[in-house]
Amino acid sequence: MKKKILHKAKGLSDRAVAWIFITPTLLLLLAINIYPLIYAVSMSFTNFYANKLGKEIKWVGLKNYVKILGKEAIWERMQITASFMFWTLLLQAIIGLGLALLLNKKFKGNELLTTLIVLPMMLSPAVVGVFWTYLYNPQVGLFNYIVNFFYDFGPFDMIGSSTLAPWAIVIVDTWMWTPFTMLICLAGLRSIPNYLYEAAEVDRANRLQQFIYITLPSVLPFLLLALLFRGIENFKMFDMVVELTSGGPGSATELASIQLKREAFEKWKTGYSSAYAVILFVTIFGFGNVYVKVMNKIKDR
Amino acid sequence: MKNKIAILISSIVFALSSTQAVKSESITLGWAAWDPANALVELSKDFTAQTGIEVNFEFVPWPNFADRMLNELNNKGKTFDLLIGDSQWIGGGATYGHYVKLNDFFDKEGISMNDFSDATVYAYSTWPKGSENYYALPAMGDALAWAYRKDWFDRPELNSEFKAKHGYDLGVPKNWDQLYDMCTFFQGREIDGQVRYGAAINTERGSEGITMGVTAAMYAWGMEYENPNKPYDMEGYFNAPNVVEALEFYRKMYEDCAPPGHSDAYMVANLDAYKSGQVAFQMNWYAFWPGVSKEDADGRVTGFFANPSQKVSAATLGGQGISVVNYSDKKDLALQYIKWFAQPDVQQKWWDLGGYSCHKDVLGSPDFVNSAVYAQGFLDSMGIVKDFWQEPTFVELMLPMQEHVHDYVVNGKGSAQEALDKIIEEWVEVFEADGKL
Repeated sequence: MKKKILHKAKGLSDRAVAWIFITPTLLLLLAINIYPLIYAVSMSFTNFYANKLGKEIKWVGLKNYVKILGKEAIWERMQITASFMFWTLLLQAIIGLGLALLLNKKFKGNELLTTLIVLPMMLSPAVVGVFWTYLYNPQVGLFNYIVNFFYDFGPFDMIGSSTLAPWAIVIVDTWMWTPFTMLICLAGLRSIPNYLYEAAEVDRANRLQQFIYITLPSVLPFLLLALLFRGIENFKMFDMVVELTSGGPGSATELASIQLKREAFEKWKTGYSSAYAVILFVTIFGFGNVYVKVMNKIKDR
Repeated sequence: MKNKIAILISSIVFALSSTQAVKSESITLGWAAWDPANALVELSKDFTAQTGIEVNFEFVPWPNFADRMLNELNNKGKTFDLLIGDSQWIGGGATYGHYVKLNDFFDKEGISMNDFSDATVYAYSTWPKGSENYYALPAMGDALAWAYRKDWFDRPELNSEFKAKHGYDLGVPKNWDQLYDMCTFFQGREIDGQVRYGAAINTERGSEGITMGVTAAMYAWGMEYENPNKPYDMEGYFNAPNVVEALEFYRKMYEDCAPPGHSDAYMVANLDAYKSGQVAFQMNWYAFWPGVSKEDADGRVTGFFANPSQKVSAATLGGQGISVVNYSDKKDLALQYIKWFAQPDVQQKWWDLGGYSCHKDVLGSPDFVNSAVYAQGFLDSMGIVKDFWQEPTFVELMLPMQEHVHDYVVNGKGSAQEALDKIIEEWVEVFEADGKL
């Protein structure tokens, strides 16, 4: 029997063996990713409420999409999300690259310092959200104390002010995820062959020129990759912001994903929120594709 | 050897069967994680002792309570046999078939709703409102009330300074205007070397916090959600001038009386602000007063009072009824628990342990008013309570209220009138989608 199976297996082509190995994964992917996606898309054309199981499900066509795209509140949340993404990615790119450049130098304690810097990203976002609420406390918070130590702004409330709250979430996300950008950039910096710098020195290129013409182009694909990951993550940002501000004050920090959660799992507007989720998915998928193409062009250059 | 194997097998069979027996004689009760839940655990020991039925508990912190429980009900989950669900869930519980209708059971067991306070039966048990369809037994009476630093009020130097400024004594405020005077009097004042503030009020954005706070003012200003003669007609009622005035007043309270950083605060944050000595007043549920009172054995530090009136006397309703979950496999055991819980002596013990009984025998007992410093306030409050919408769509109604009220009170965006108009606009959408309009 064993021999028979072996004999049969030997007769299989490489392609067949490949299919045998890949089929379980494909099936799993279909079951947990593709099927829910198709189901969500089909739900988005209905008036389905998951908490009203007795209610007749009606086909509403594009009504949910029209309603969402015409709603001012949705565009406000999109703007809040875009602003959050812009500032977090910008700050994480600059600070992450800066830290990577510093840590790329050889000095005593380099490894220990790297480990300490990456600690924030090892924490749970929910925990980070909770303890930063204490750090931002206007009466006893360390953050306010430090800021006022350098310049006395008087009492200010990072979470309770609509001007400051968007910055409060940007600061926390930057604190938490800059180490990630830094690590990827560091990997990029360490992959630059030394002979490039030696050749540049022979050509009498100064430090700035070396940075602009060797370091930056070499590390850029790595940095862009890190930003792609961070961009996708921040587009979906939920837990840290919910713990920190609950989307408030008012809706000043209510990101699109928080609003989506409230529509889907608090109001239980399943059809409507499916349409919202599809719009968000198409948005990030579209941006992601364009971004990858740009990134590949930069890499090829 | 054979004997040993036989003994081993029989012990395993015995162990399994006894586990099965214990499992079948246990029920699970879900509620919020707060002080009264501990009292209920203590109380339920008597039920287990009398019936042999174990009671397991799952208590969920308030910010996640509605999410967790409503998720469970919508998924027809069997985790809970009994649920002490929030008063606003009664409409959904009844309409969507989550809760067992208890009328036949009450009739069979001789449990009369007339034995429970009318306001609590109306608020916690009935759907549609005003009908005699019962989906819960009133379990925990509650309303929003106030605690204040009596020890500061009793200081002659503070009282004379206050009196000189406002022309009346520091004491329990008779209305919201007086409450505001007292709060601003303490705001930023140094007492015993520490800076103190006026009041810890509800401002929480994520669940129901700020709604439960502003409605305390709105009800006192005589707010009606809808036209009493034309259901769901809200224009001119919910956004009437008196409601606008109440909302503006609440914002003034937040701006002039709240401690710094109190922008996303509810039950625990208010308790913390009060216990740490930051504020002269805290707004909170009666459920917490036994705990506050316990730390002040001689009653010197803290005083309690019902929500002050302004144009009318009213208070925000809290509290819950206990319901049998329709998806439970142990409905008969769960009903046994309700039967036991409805008994007057159990209700008396419930109050003694720190729960808030709604039974008339307990509330009407001559000793009741003197049994706790907050007992009279509780009685007064339960006679004037008003609740948020209890419609099946109450979460859809709560979310826009939270958003727009928080935007106005905490964020300072727009006007009170605009906030109320926006809320009505979204409520109309909800009622239209639900076929009520």
